[in-house]
Amino acid sequence: MSANYIRPDFDVVTEWVPKGASVLDLGCGDGELLARLQRERQTKGYGVEISDASVLACMERGLNVLQGDIESGLNLFEDAAFDVVILSQTLQATRHTEALVREVLRVGKSAIVTLPNFGHWSVRWQLGVGGRMPVSKRLPYQWYDTPNVHFSTITDFDVFCQEKNVTVERRAVLSGGHAVTFLPNLRGETAVFQIRR
Amino acid sequence: MNIPSDAVGFVSPQKIAFETPLTFASGATLDRYDLTVETYGELNASRSNAVLVCHALSGHHHVAGFYKDAPDPSKSEGWWDNLIGPGRPLDTRKFFVIGLNNLGGCHGSTGPGTTNPATGDPFGNDFPIVTVPDWVRAQTRLADHFGIDTFAAILGGSLGGMQAMQWSIDFPERVRNVLAIAAAPKLSAENIGFNEVARQAIRTDPDFHDGNFYAHNVVPKRGLRLSRMLGHLTYLSDDLMGEKFGRLLKGEDYQFGFDVEFEVESYLRYQGDKFAGYFDANTYLLMTRALDYFDPARAFDGNLAAAFAKSTAKFFIAAFTSDWRFSPARSKEIVRALLANKHDVSSAEIESVEGHDSFLMPIPQYHALLRSVFEGIKV
Repeated sequence: MSANYIRPDFDVVTEWVPKGASVLDLGCGDGELLARLQRERQTKGYGVEISDASVLACMERGLNVLQGDIESGLNLFEDAAFDVVILSQTLQATRHTEALVREVLRVGKSAIVTLPNFGHWSVRWQLGVGGRMPVSKRLPYQWYDTPNVHFSTITDFDVFCQEKNVTVERRAVLSGGHAVTFLPNLRGETAVFQIRR
Repeated sequence: MNIPSDAVGFVSPQKIAFETPLTFASGATLDRYDLTVETYGELNASRSNAVLVCHALSGHHHVAGFYKDAPDPSKSEGWWDNLIGPGRPLDTRKFFVIGLNNLGGCHGSTGPGTTNPATGDPFGNDFPIVTVPDWVRAQTRLADHFGIDTFAAILGGSLGGMQAMQWSIDFPERVRNVLAIAAAPKLSAENIGFNEVARQAIRTDPDFHDGNFYAHNVVPKRGLRLSRMLGHLTYLSDDLMGEKFGRLLKGEDYQFGFDVEFEVESYLRYQGDKFAGYFDANTYLLMTRALDYFDPARAFDGNLAAAFAKSTAKFFIAAFTSDWRFSPARSKEIVRALLANKHDVSSAEIESVEGHDSFLMPIPQYHALLRSVFEGIKV
């Protein structure tokens, strides 16, 4: 299984980030995406991570990483400090989701958000027919140990952006590494949104 | 004694003479001075692998290794020995490491206890008030002495971290990496307050003689002892002290008196006595004052980001959760100013219980991060 298959959203993000952009990757994990963006898009930027192991992994890659909790705010950063702020598979694990999106759009001229789609048919099947909380490759947690506290479907996030006056510049829906255009909210496993104020 | 294979082994200090006058921020001048240093590892041919370690309040040049001639060599290790050596995070197979005793110190460099050639007596209170930028300028001459144009890295904890930052502000082209650990961009009123209590303890000691106690063959031990006891309290954390001492009694039961009743009192007295036995009272005043005066933003209308505008170094800023003297929030102020300049910076907040002293501890996460910084430096 290639890394691309595990994180097909990285391909989309890499494609969407302009060459030479300044980026901030919130919840950057081990820095895989940030390193790829530096390599392939010559970006300059920083990752933010809370976990010791991830901070160390980023440092070992030579990346700029700031240890901290993105939920306590982005007050380290000035307004419009970055061309792109990335929230890849992070938003669903945050508690103050709306406030965070507002902060993200303050410090970034735009943001790229990737989300697991809770509207995928297998999720609906497991919950609707099986009566159990869904567990899958992309949502590999049990209800009691999941870091994900705010699940949404693709449609939910569309509606959220509409209600909060957030502009969706583009959207890609992926399943098994391929783009999904037909019935995306049912067939998509991962969605990537580019948004701005 | 058995020296661990990843230690630098036996070391010895050297004294380097500087015969060019140095004018201090205060306007005072020293016509000549000595700096006592130790070095570990070898300077490479391109002189690109030098690392300067700056000391904190009571530190000195003996950063790593052991002294063969010490009364007990096994207890003579340098104050940051756990960091430096072949195979340690700051690896002496790759880097040439310099430790020095700063001007105004009491471990061999020219300081208040040194004889003033103009009078034939110790400088005492005539020694110039030193500031962090003064130290950094003296350190640039040390770099010149070794033929080092640019340091691969400059690091320090606490007051040492302030010197590392000052380098990037005053001599940006001469440092490629700055590691400022458990530091702050300036002291708070509370920090200055603690320093002033320590200074008052020394200056009101009848044996202080306005700084010229050398002539009276006495040492203001009571003042030094009190200042160290207070200092120690601020370097530790409440949690650690609770863990270490709690309310443990020295004896069986309450003695209903003011002698040592609790273990913590015994510990503080021991630390105070030890310190008073070797540290110079005037040096303590100078070092605390250098801390108070440190405020690189002051020359930029209080704008710290502007102070760092010309810096080109890559920064590593680390703080410790249990450090209340220079808390993680103080390190964030530094990080914010660096980010405003889009400088390369990484920052870490390390779990610890040892308070401000954590920066000297071999905490696994902390040392792994330092190792990654040094491994990433090209020489």
